[in-house]
Amino acid sequence: MLNISNYNIKKNVHIYRQGDLNIAYDVNSGSLHVIDEYTYSLIEDMIRLQDENNNLLDEEKLLFEAGKNIETAVKREILLELEQLQNQNLLFSQEVEEKEPHYPNQPLIKAICLHVSHDCNLRCQYCFAGTGSFKGKRELMTSETGKRAIDFLFKHNGNRQSCEVDFFGGEPLLNMPVIKELINYGKTVAQQAGKKIKFTLTTNAVLLDKITAEYLDNEGVSVVLSLDGRKEVNDRMRSFPNGKGSYDIIMPHILHFSQLRPGSSPYAVGQYYYVRGTYTRYNTDFYKDVLHMADLGIKRISVEPVIASPNDDYAFREEDIDKIKQSYDILGEKVLEYKLKGRGFSFFHFNAGLDEGPCLPKRLSGCGAGHEYVAISPDGSIYPCHQFVGQEDYKLGTVYQDNPLKEELIKKFRSAHVYNKNDCRMCWARYSCSGGCHAANVAYSGELTKVYPLGCELQKKRLEVAYYLKIKEAQLKETV
Amino acid sequence: MTTHVKTIIKGNLATTVKTGGCGQCQTSCQSACKTSCTVGNQVCEK
Repeated sequence: MLNISNYNIKKNVHIYRQGDLNIAYDVNSGSLHVIDEYTYSLIEDMIRLQDENNNLLDEEKLLFEAGKNIETAVKREILLELEQLQNQNLLFSQEVEEKEPHYPNQPLIKAICLHVSHDCNLRCQYCFAGTGSFKGKRELMTSETGKRAIDFLFKHNGNRQSCEVDFFGGEPLLNMPVIKELINYGKTVAQQAGKKIKFTLTTNAVLLDKITAEYLDNEGVSVVLSLDGRKEVNDRMRSFPNGKGSYDIIMPHILHFSQLRPGSSPYAVGQYYYVRGTYTRYNTDFYKDVLHMADLGIKRISVEPVIASPNDDYAFREEDIDKIKQSYDILGEKVLEYKLKGRGFSFFHFNAGLDEGPCLPKRLSGCGAGHEYVAISPDGSIYPCHQFVGQEDYKLGTVYQDNPLKEELIKKFRSAHVYNKNDCRMCWARYSCSGGCHAANVAYSGELTKVYPLGCELQKKRLEVAYYLKIKEAQLKETV
Repeated sequence: MTTHVKTIIKGNLATTVKTGGCGQCQTSCQSACKTSCTVGNQVCEK
């Protein structure tokens, strides 16, 4: 018999409809199934009954009461199949034992975000970095501070084989001489340590001329290029200090760079490019922006919801949510359509690592901000991540002093994992989103462990479409 | 032969509690504002 004694189905089996499919996602194994209408209705009924009875309904009674509209022989067949799948740990699989992630005493830093420039040549309206200055003074990082930051990374990297350095800002290309010096320095230090070093750079592409693009390509730097999509959408938010839009300047640069890296991994592995945009309540039809980029030949696209204060005119309102979800639905179908036409592109958040995805310990702990990943500001101050830069309460230390990082803060970030977030413990998406972005949670609730509900809504929608596409791709392979 | 449920992806997430946690994977950014990588769509490098 299917064993659902003390088993909270809603927490552990997510069923939903997407496109022409009924889908069941088994949370604890990460397995995906297509289920027929009868099975959908039976599981849905079981969940309803558990909800109505506060999960106190006896197992036998639950199985008897659920799916009363289904013919007895059919119901029996379904329950038998579910039992077999449960025995194989593929559906209704055993709930994972809650085990806190384990870390070494001293934090092992594997990545740093180097704020080489706290200045910017654009004045994007939604900039979380206060249009580049992070609400401080506009300044550039010196090569001395950058080198100390790289030394800090290697000193705290333990036995990790790879180190990652991300050039960030503001606009990092405003400090190109220092970037070049740090790339050379980082490679030398890595070679001496017998480790690999990986560089990424996030740019608005204004200064990404051919010479700079080819330099970054030759040096193996992965590049994230900012563009919001259609000209009118991009220029509304991403303009120069004189108010003029940036689209006409940046688009040729972005197209050129994307053509230098035709083999970029959709999963951002190796040397890649991604074009990355932000959508706001002014373009809840952002799927049109993604398609605009795809139609221009851009193959790696990521467009994300803006993080805003409720007072901002571009912040999402309750009435926008359905439109946003609809955009993800349309985009999912378009991803398939373009693929079938031989014009395929990848939308970053429709990637889903299931069978080859990260392990559970990684999924529990999330991004590692504050103990595996830190950001370093131009003056050498160390923060848990780029989003916390400039917030004094979150300052962990400085590369100019050999003092250990603030232990209390490290502990706080380490313990902000899924099992310590009440809203996550019962959520079917808990092992896919790891409890969301720390900075977004703090901005919303003031606490690391209290999640940002709108972020959750959109994350779940993206996952649903992502899993749908996984199934569609598998079905396409079968028919080939 | 199943008739009501078709399994598309067989995951083994639960077993990685014991086998995972080597920490060699690349960093992920949960906000995705940097699109470096988000946990759910990351690939294990083991």
